[in-house]
Amino acid sequence: MARAAVSGRLTWRVAELAEATDITKSARGLVFDVPGWPGHLPGQHVDVRLTAEDGYSVQRSYSISSAPDGERFELSVQRVADGEVSPYLCDVLSPGDRIELRGPVGGWFVWRSADQAPVTLVAGGSGIAPLMAMIRTRAAEGSRVPFRLIYSVRTPEDVYYADELRRRAREDAGLDVHLVYTRQAPEGSPEPPKRLGLATLNTHGWPADFAPNVFVCGPTGFVETVSDIFVALGHDPRRVRTERFG
Amino acid sequence: MAFGAPLSSTDTMPIVSPGFTGRRQSPDVQLPPGQYLAEDFPVLTAGPTPRVTTDRWQFTINTEAGQRYDWSWQQLIELPAEKITTDIHCVTKWSKLGTRWKGVSLDVLLEDVETAADFALVQSYGGYTTNLPLEDLIDGQAWIAYRYDGDELTPEHGGPARLLVPHLYFWKSAKWVRGIQLLLEDEPGFWESAGYHDYGDPWREQRYQGD
Repeated sequence: MARAAVSGRLTWRVAELAEATDITKSARGLVFDVPGWPGHLPGQHVDVRLTAEDGYSVQRSYSISSAPDGERFELSVQRVADGEVSPYLCDVLSPGDRIELRGPVGGWFVWRSADQAPVTLVAGGSGIAPLMAMIRTRAAEGSRVPFRLIYSVRTPEDVYYADELRRRAREDAGLDVHLVYTRQAPEGSPEPPKRLGLATLNTHGWPADFAPNVFVCGPTGFVETVSDIFVALGHDPRRVRTERFG
Repeated sequence: MAFGAPLSSTDTMPIVSPGFTGRRQSPDVQLPPGQYLAEDFPVLTAGPTPRVTTDRWQFTINTEAGQRYDWSWQQLIELPAEKITTDIHCVTKWSKLGTRWKGVSLDVLLEDVETAADFALVQSYGGYTTNLPLEDLIDGQAWIAYRYDGDELTPEHGGPARLLVPHLYFWKSAKWVRGIQLLLEDEPGFWESAGYHDYGDPWREQRYQGD
């Protein structure tokens, strides 16, 4: 297993886009090859830098959504309609094109497979990306640590990695997946659309007594609400790790 | 230019993305390298938001010699306060200009503290820590802030009180601050132990160790 590169200098590296796929109508999975990549821990992110022809440059952070795989990894990028960087990454960047990035960054919001505590993952929308890296790493390493994913999306069309999650929920022993739809539930769903609340987190997450590691990723308001509920349910705040955006 | 950098490093020659234009700021807006302007006030924390009520809030400075100086909430807000208007820069790349705060200068709190320390480890309710040189906390550079934009500081932005050290990346401005340990030797805080820069000057883009 690759060690997190948290010491030493994080240099800008050349990343070549190997392949790009649609994850949803508004999100792309971008697979990069990065010579010299030191490897990552699931949950870490990278900084991407784009430079215009006149030298103007911008940086953004994106979570890695793949398991460690040599010098290759996947970023999942949500297209923000008026965004400065994501429309270029989603709609212009093509296989063979090169950009700069550096990482991996972040030594806190990571799952280490040696830790045997059960894991509750809670994702809001595109916040699934770093949690997907954890689910995929668990499978790649044959870990038996029990995982429960609670994933809140607006509509069935917004589910990232829908086919893969359906398959893993069947095949990955010890992985439970529970979807919550906030605006429109799938046809025939037993539950109407609703916000993620205490009852769902209590029913579909691990109880506080099991001292699980809890990872929550999503928009700020979502993360605030969910992490407050976990604390109210008796979870040790130090075991509730959060990553927020927006 | 760093000698010994791997050949794949692009530190000297950035890759240009054809067709990428970006969204430039007007030339009179000065941002540190790699930052963009945020209109809202994003939140970045590692865990749940601690809820600290002012009746059990306390701020403590401990010296390297073991001396202790305490302030209750009431004592803090009775100290002379300043209004501060400043730009802030988060390591996650957003900057916000002209933010308005009210708080007590660390110069006031440190006035009677006897110390030979060169370093400070700032401690928060909830267990967060961050380190910085003591000289960055004095001479009008740092405050214990308890109002933001004319209102009480909300818990998600660090209320009831947070450290404000705007000349460094904003993770140094510890939310839910509860005290400062003065030290003769530097001791890394929470993010500093996880690969982030020890000092964190946004104008020198000191985001991560080695920057």
